[in-house]
Order: sequence, then structure tokens, then C-alpha cells
Amino acid sequence: MFWQQDLETIDRKRLEEVQTGRLQDTVQRIWDNVPFYRDRINSAGTKPEDIKSVSDIKKLPFTSREDLLKNYPFGLVAVPRESIVRVHTSSGTTGKPKAIFFTKNDIDRGAELISRCLVMTGMRKNDVLQNMMTYGLFTGALVMHYGAEKVGVLVVPSGPGNTDRQIALMQDFKTTAIHITPSYALYLSNVFIRKGIDPRKDLNLKRAYLGAEPYSEETRKKIEEFFGIDVFNSYGLSEMNGPGVAFECQEKNGMHLWEDNFLLEIIDPATGEQVSDGERGEMVLTSLCREGMPIIRYRTRDLASVMPGKCPCGRTHRRITRITGRTDDMFIVKGVNIFPQQIENVLMGIKGVAQNYLIVLESLDHMTVQVEIEKELFDGNVTHLVNLQNAITEKLKNEILVKPKVELHEPGSLPASEGKAQRVIDNRTL
Amino acid sequence: MGELKQLSVFAENKPGKIEKITKALADAGINILAISISSSGDFGVIKFIVDKCDDALKKLKEAGFTASLNDVLGIELQDRPGGLHSVVQALGNRSINVENAHVFVAGSRDRAYLIIEVDDINHTRELLKNDGLTFYNS
Repeated sequence: MFWQQDLETIDRKRLEEVQTGRLQDTVQRIWDNVPFYRDRINSAGTKPEDIKSVSDIKKLPFTSREDLLKNYPFGLVAVPRESIVRVHTSSGTTGKPKAIFFTKNDIDRGAELISRCLVMTGMRKNDVLQNMMTYGLFTGALVMHYGAEKVGVLVVPSGPGNTDRQIALMQDFKTTAIHITPSYALYLSNVFIRKGIDPRKDLNLKRAYLGAEPYSEETRKKIEEFFGIDVFNSYGLSEMNGPGVAFECQEKNGMHLWEDNFLLEIIDPATGEQVSDGERGEMVLTSLCREGMPIIRYRTRDLASVMPGKCPCGRTHRRITRITGRTDDMFIVKGVNIFPQQIENVLMGIKGVAQNYLIVLESLDHMTVQVEIEKELFDGNVTHLVNLQNAITEKLKNEILVKPKVELHEPGSLPASEGKAQRVIDNRTL
Repeated sequence: MGELKQLSVFAENKPGKIEKITKALADAGINILAISISSSGDFGVIKFIVDKCDDALKKLKEAGFTASLNDVLGIELQDRPGGLHSVVQALGNRSINVENAHVFVAGSRDRAYLIIEVDDINHTRELLKNDGLTFYNS
């Protein structure tokens, strides 16, 4: 079932025409209204009339995260102040945040895209969505909230945390779907085990929307198995509305990126050149419909690739793979580029290892991977634990080509987060 | 015949860890009869023989510890020079590989046992049946 069938299954040629028109319009609007962009585009030797097709996107300059910080708060706003109805800021862990402004139409469009996503996964009016993302300056919860209401779903705006209350709400309102971070979903599963609640029998859950953090296919399977549900991967970023930029359909094989709203490029982060479908690179997104704060060629720092081929669901919008890393959370040990996801993939495939892990960088040549042992598999035998430790070390070494020090820790002893999980602690003084 | 049960608790090598475990046991009114520690680098397993093992396991798990209860073999030691040697000799003669061992003095205080962890208790007992050993029997 579709929310906007004509748009979701639009012919690729027609889609390109729509994109071209919207790109031209966007470029004209920022040229006219945003001095920062006018200067940038001018410096690139481009004028709005040079944009004749989507491939002319290459004539436009990139927008970086630093550009957003530099223009904080109002520098990139493209409409009169009275047209702005909402601001979101994006978690700035260092220094100033990024501010994103929405007009009424921007909010409606964001909600419309979420409606497409939810209906695509099987959500209907009689569903109950418990929204466990943070409400507030972060886009995650609010944008999802508006989209779910548009579909007619009953929304339980629980926000994250207060796990006991979450469970009570799920039971009382017969929650059928949750919107949650992967790390909080894993944390919840531990609480369920401790409390002796079997979500398969004791709850009405059918699906979960996981987002805001990268996570592995193994983690998805673990969560699906434990809760007895379908887990849908979602992708979004505040700079492009928040959630609902790309979402999985019921095939659960890649996320359809709504290309009538966002122009997608995958580039080689080192050279800035576009790569072909199927090749991994950094996602670069251009908002095509944004009024309040259009952003062109935004360097997301998220690494993914476009999945070639058609999706059996009938939607023509191309699919992206799950985010396989961020250009900025890659770290280097012994000269080797390592992504935390590689380590997570290995750990999730090993029996006897629980969900939480922590990577500690000690020096340029040494890293420690702290893992939690699985409570149920503990049999009191030290030899078995040493074997497990050795097996983890060996498997990690095969994957990342660097031999880490592996430490076994007690279940629940590593920092389990109710929000975004921090997986890498960098203790190096460089 | 009741097998002797040993309580194992996972412990990261951190100061105060054993204190926490024994406090949990003390608070639950559990009497510890024997203790041993198997350590490997940055973690270890602390083993206890206690008077109420099922209770102890439940209490430790509730307190958040990673614990398990396993069967071990208790072999009586003669209170004389060479008492331990004769037991160990029998184990050696039968090629029994002992993964872990420690000594436990029974509640009555008149008997001591060598506690051994082996892969297959029944098989081990079978191997030792003609060696004149007395096994712990609760």
C-alpha cells in the first residue's frame, strides 16, 4: 500500500524532470535570498541559469557542517523571518549547534514524507506508535510525530528513558510500533529479560523504526528475534528535515530515498567526485523543496552506497544501503582505517557476547575492545572464558587487520545508553 | 546421592569486587564454607562452596552478578601426611585432567575434601571406583 502512489512510483524520466525544476527553483531562491550561497555559487563560476539538468549539480559548491556552524543562527535562512515557524538544532557535541529553520510548508512536507514511510512499512490508522526519541530541539521525535498523526496513527509521545513507564505505556495502550534508537532497543531488551517480560507474548508490538545511530544487520536480527517484530531501518538528518529522508519498505533491503525531495549524490570523500551506483562513498544531499533553509550539496559525512536495480515493492526511488560508517568516526590504528561498525559486526556474530561494547584507543598502535559476556552462557569455567576472549581477538584481527586487546566485562557494566551510544573512547594525546 | 554444588561468580579484576560479592552473600544469610579464585589476566572467576547454594545463586543474580551453579566432585582427604598425595596419585594414574581444585572443610569440621572440577563427573567417579576413595555425599 502507498501513501502517494503516483509520486512513490514515478517514472524515472519524469522524476528527473521534477528534480531539475526543483533544483533550478532552489538555486534561484538561495541566489536571491542567501548572500552566503550567492557568494559561494559565484566563486564556483556558476550562475542559476547554468543549471539546466540535474547533472549540472556538479557546478554547485558543497555545503559543509562548518558552513552551517559559521552561519549560525540565521545566515542560511531564505525566507522572511515571519514565515519561519520552527527551529531545530542539531546535537553539536563540540561548540555551537547547527540551527535548521522550517516554514509551515516545510513541516507539512516533512510529515508527508514520514507518512509515506510509515504506510510503506504497513502502518495504518489503527496502529499505536510509541515515539521513544527525544522531543525537543532534536528533529527525531517531532518530525516522526507529525507524520504519524497525518497517517491517523495514535501517537504515544513518550520520549526516551524512564524504562518502567515505557513498558507500562506499551502494555496499557497496546503499542504496535516503536520509534527508537538501536542502543535503547537493546537496553530495553535487557530490562525485559530482567523483569521476565516476553515481548512476543506480553506485548502487541509488530514493528520498530530504528534510527539516529548506525547499527549492524546482526543487531537488527537480534532485536527482531527478541521482540518478535519487523525492524525497519530509517535514515534522516536534521539538516534535511530529520527522519524520513530514506526508509525501508517491507522488503527490508535498502532504504528508499525520496528523490523528489532530495537530490542524492554519493562521492569519494577524498576527491569530491561522484561514484557509480553500488560504490561506497559519502552521501551528499540537496534539499529540493525546502523553503525556510534550503541546503545544497550537503556533505553528510555518512558513508553508504546506492543499491543498483529495481525494488520489488514498485517504488522507483533509489535505495541506499544502511549507513556503514561516518567519515568522521573512522579511526586509525597502526595505520589501518577502522570503522566501529566493523567491530560491531564481528561481535554480534559471536556467541557468548552481549550487546554492549566499547572501543578504547590507547595509542597510535594499540586499541582495546571491551565486551560484555552473556549472562546466560556463563558456566563458571575460566578456560571457556579465555577461549572466548581468544576467539574474539582472532576474529577481530581477521576483520580489521589489527590485533586488539580484548577485555571481558560483566553484563551491564559498560555504559549502556538510553540515547545515542558512544562506542569509541579516544584516550590518545596526539 | 546429592552432588556437591559449587557457586561460580564472574569478576573483573577490580579492587573491592570480592568484597561486594561476599557482602551480597552475607546479607542473604549465606554461610561460605570454602572459596577459591581462578584468575586470568583482567578477569577471574570466584568459586564458593556455601551452605544454601540455590538461595545464594538466586540472591547473587538478583543483585546483578553473573553467576552459575555447577556440580563438582568432592574427594575425602585423610588427615595424615600423604593424605592429599594419595588422592592426587589416583587421579594421575587414571589420567584425569583436573581443571580446578581447592580444599573444603565440611560443616562438621571433622572432614576435609579436595574439590575438583572435571568435564564428566560420573565418568570420573567410575574411573576412580576401585581406588578406595570416599566421595562427598550430601
